[in-house]
Amino acid sequence: MPDYLIRLVQMHESFRKAEIQALAEVAGVEIKVVEYHEDSPYCTVRLPSESAATAIMTRTILAHGIHELWGRGQNYEELHHSVKNDSSSLWSRYHLTPFRFTLDSFRGARTPAEQRTIIESFSYLDFQGPIRMKDPEVSFRVFEHYDDKATAPKRLYLGRFVASSGRHAMTAYDLKKRHYISTTSMDAELALVTANIALAAPGKLFYDPFMGTGGFPIASAHFGAVVCGSDIDGRSIRGTGGSSRKGQVGKRDVAGNFKQYGTEGSYLGAFVSDLTNTPLRVPAPSSEGHGRRGAYLDGIICDPPYGIREGLKVLGSREELGDVERATHRDRHKEPSYIPPKRPYSFIAMLDDILAFAASALVANGRLSMWMPTANDEDIELFIPTNPYLEIVSVCVQPFNKWSRRLLTYRRLGDEEVDKEQVEIARKEYEKGVKADDLNIFRRKYFEGFKEYERLRQEALISEETAIRKEKVKRPGISEIEK
Amino acid sequence: MKLLTLNFLTCAIKSCKTSPASFPLHPRDAELEIVEADVNLAFLQNILPRLMWAELRTIASELGLPTLPEDIPEREALVEGRGEGEGEGEGGEQIPSQTAKDLHRVLLETCIQEGKLVCGNCGHEYAVKEGVANFLLPGHLV
Ligand SMILES: [Zn+2]
Repeated sequence: MPDYLIRLVQMHESFRKAEIQALAEVAGVEIKVVEYHEDSPYCTVRLPSESAATAIMTRTILAHGIHELWGRGQNYEELHHSVKNDSSSLWSRYHLTPFRFTLDSFRGARTPAEQRTIIESFSYLDFQGPIRMKDPEVSFRVFEHYDDKATAPKRLYLGRFVASSGRHAMTAYDLKKRHYISTTSMDAELALVTANIALAAPGKLFYDPFMGTGGFPIASAHFGAVVCGSDIDGRSIRGTGGSSRKGQVGKRDVAGNFKQYGTEGSYLGAFVSDLTNTPLRVPAPSSEGHGRRGAYLDGIICDPPYGIREGLKVLGSREELGDVERATHRDRHKEPSYIPPKRPYSFIAMLDDILAFAASALVANGRLSMWMPTANDEDIELFIPTNPYLEIVSVCVQPFNKWSRRLLTYRRLGDEEVDKEQVEIARKEYEKGVKADDLNIFRRKYFEGFKEYERLRQEALISEETAIRKEKVKRPGISEIEK
Repeated sequence: MKLLTLNFLTCAIKSCKTSPASFPLHPRDAELEIVEADVNLAFLQNILPRLMWAELRTIASELGLPTLPEDIPEREALVEGRGEGEGEGEGGEQIPSQTAKDLHRVLLETCIQEGKLVCGNCGHEYAVKEGVANFLLPGHLV
């Protein structure tokens, strides 16, 4: 299997490998990560074919492109040696092909004269075809990786360009250009990455139980999935302004977002509900040998409402209702102005509910990708909610100052993989309520930082834009000069 | 909401869920709309084995839609053949059969815009307005 070089973006580092591995699974190809470092934008992988490389890369958000690796080394002497040793059989294929040869220096800069010297040092490749800076038939690139402020690169690669990434999608789905959003909408980049990690793909059915203005379902539909969602707040689904059905102008709603992106055919619709009283079918998680279980979802993606600002609430009353109150609810609930009562909802209980629902509704190998805020505190960082029917696949972290948010991704185990003993233990714990007691301290710590978290969450968009700008500054562009 | 959604929805009241009568929910005073979309063959192939077929037939008949066959179609029945493609094996695009088109019409083009969804067990009515069903329960039912 040949080696390929992936030119990653140098941001959201901990999401990058999870995304690539997920996309290999979507493409149904075996991937071996040969070389990967959090502080490097260059990652080498082993893949069965060029078509496999293309299939993975065209969907990747956190990369720029993939190249067939022709050589690598810690200095130019090593690189030339490696190119001559490993890829000489490939040179003649491009002997007369119109081509381009460029340099990509990460955290470094080369003068045009230096670039020319470097590119000329590869003249032994004997490319005699015409040089084409625009639309060449084949494109080669030297990659230089510098340590911060270093004068010489520490890692070098030569690659033949194979495919560009799917990163342009984040421009198409940019929130600034989206028809209908809210203050809590996740930026397009991370929404698309989440959909990739959850294995959204043609033929699949995805659901978001806290959809808000539909960010995750929209991202999942971009990758071909059929989607639906729900929210406890009907206004976020129905949107604002007039009625689109009655032809009134100014209507902004989730359905309008799908129309904007041309994926309305993949949008099943949305409904108003809360997870503790979900109207969705909840088949028994274990088939107990009765044939099919009745599961129907391929993926669940969500960013549950942890915040203090929105308040964490589910339907139900704070205390048991008296007879009179019950009667009032019973008499009034059909009136258009009726507002169902809501009660505070424990954070831990909500996580357990999400996992339990996923265990029930996901088909085998289906995925749950769930965002969760975390304090940068040792005890809390280790906390990962568990369910005997689910296996954690990846934990990706987006760090802020005092808080981080993590994307936890689980795989629904096949029935034959489930540990019966664990199921029994989990059931007993649940009945005794042990879990909730043990976690009281954890919960208190957890909630203390929420104000901070909320503020940071709002700032996340801004800081990301800054990061993009910074990367642009660090990379003085990919220098292109003629051989 | 597209009609396929009704194959996943049941009564939101917990004590109802165990009763077979709570699924499917029965549409009442439903105002339907056909919203055309491209046939998504890969999706039909994937979702077909997960459908609750008898319940789908019930709903189709309650809504006065063309009668669906008694038995769930085989997965193979969704494909008519392959288009003109290069090479062997994989060849061109798969062509959806009439069975696939009919299913597509019912599941993914037929939408409930207004009306009610009624639980066959407890009789609770969930309103659908502008294509969005509301499953929030009143206080005395939570
Ligand atoms: Zn009911």
